[in-house]
Amino acid sequence: MNGSQSILLLSAFLFSTGLLIVFIKRNAIMILLGIELMFNSANLNLIAFNTSRPQLPDGQIFALFIIIVAVCEAAVGIAIILKAYHYYHSAIPDQVSELKEKN
Amino acid sequence: MNWATIIFYSFIIFAAVSALSMLLVKNVFYAALLLIACLLSVAGIFVLGNAEFLAATQIMIYAGGVLVLIIFGLMLTAKISGKPLHVGHQNVIPGSMVALAFFSVLIYSYANLILAIPSGIQQGGNSVNKIGILLMTDFVLPFEVSGILLLTSLIGAAITASSFSSKK
Repeated sequence: MNGSQSILLLSAFLFSTGLLIVFIKRNAIMILLGIELMFNSANLNLIAFNTSRPQLPDGQIFALFIIIVAVCEAAVGIAIILKAYHYYHSAIPDQVSELKEKN
Repeated sequence: MNWATIIFYSFIIFAAVSALSMLLVKNVFYAALLLIACLLSVAGIFVLGNAEFLAATQIMIYAGGVLVLIIFGLMLTAKISGKPLHVGHQNVIPGSMVALAFFSVLIYSYANLILAIPSGIQQGGNSVNKIGILLMTDFVLPFEVSGILLLTSLIGAAITASSFSSKK
């Protein structure tokens, strides 16, 4: 097993762990952390495949754009979580279950 | 077995262990700190995989920006009374079944893959120069579009998190 295959193995493990965190944790911040972990495993995959072709670093550029989109997602996600916390007084996603105003 | 290989595999083991303990730990704050450790070791793997620019970007943006933002959000959404940062679990059995099935599908699809050049050893030359040239020639349209996306999403996040109300 050479280096690229072990990077791919680590990437599969990180993606499964992030998926499991998104499924089983009862906290919105924790779900955001799991999504960041999945973004990083995708970046690891791109880097591992780019080492097979070192003359053109387009995989690294694609990973750079993934990092930019992940930053946007984290900022907007934190803003939505804060707003929902102020409205529902809870950061548990199951309790945020209604769209209309409470009265 | 030279030093680069040993450092490479220790980074891989450290990233896997910190991700696994992120899954097992109960405190959300500890999970955020473990995510920082995992992202730093992933940045080390990027350095050993000939992606130095991406490693610097990872350290500056993730470990410096996103995790600080997440920890701020964590502190602002913690409850005042009771166990503040304790997180419960739900759907443990179906979630682990889905994750295990996905992991085995990924391993099955990687098993027949043959990659030519082993990484962990520098193949000569850094790629920062080539990334800069490509970013200004071939990938200039996604570059500009990502700038617009950053601007709109940050304005949207600031307006969403601000505390004015449209009515009243």
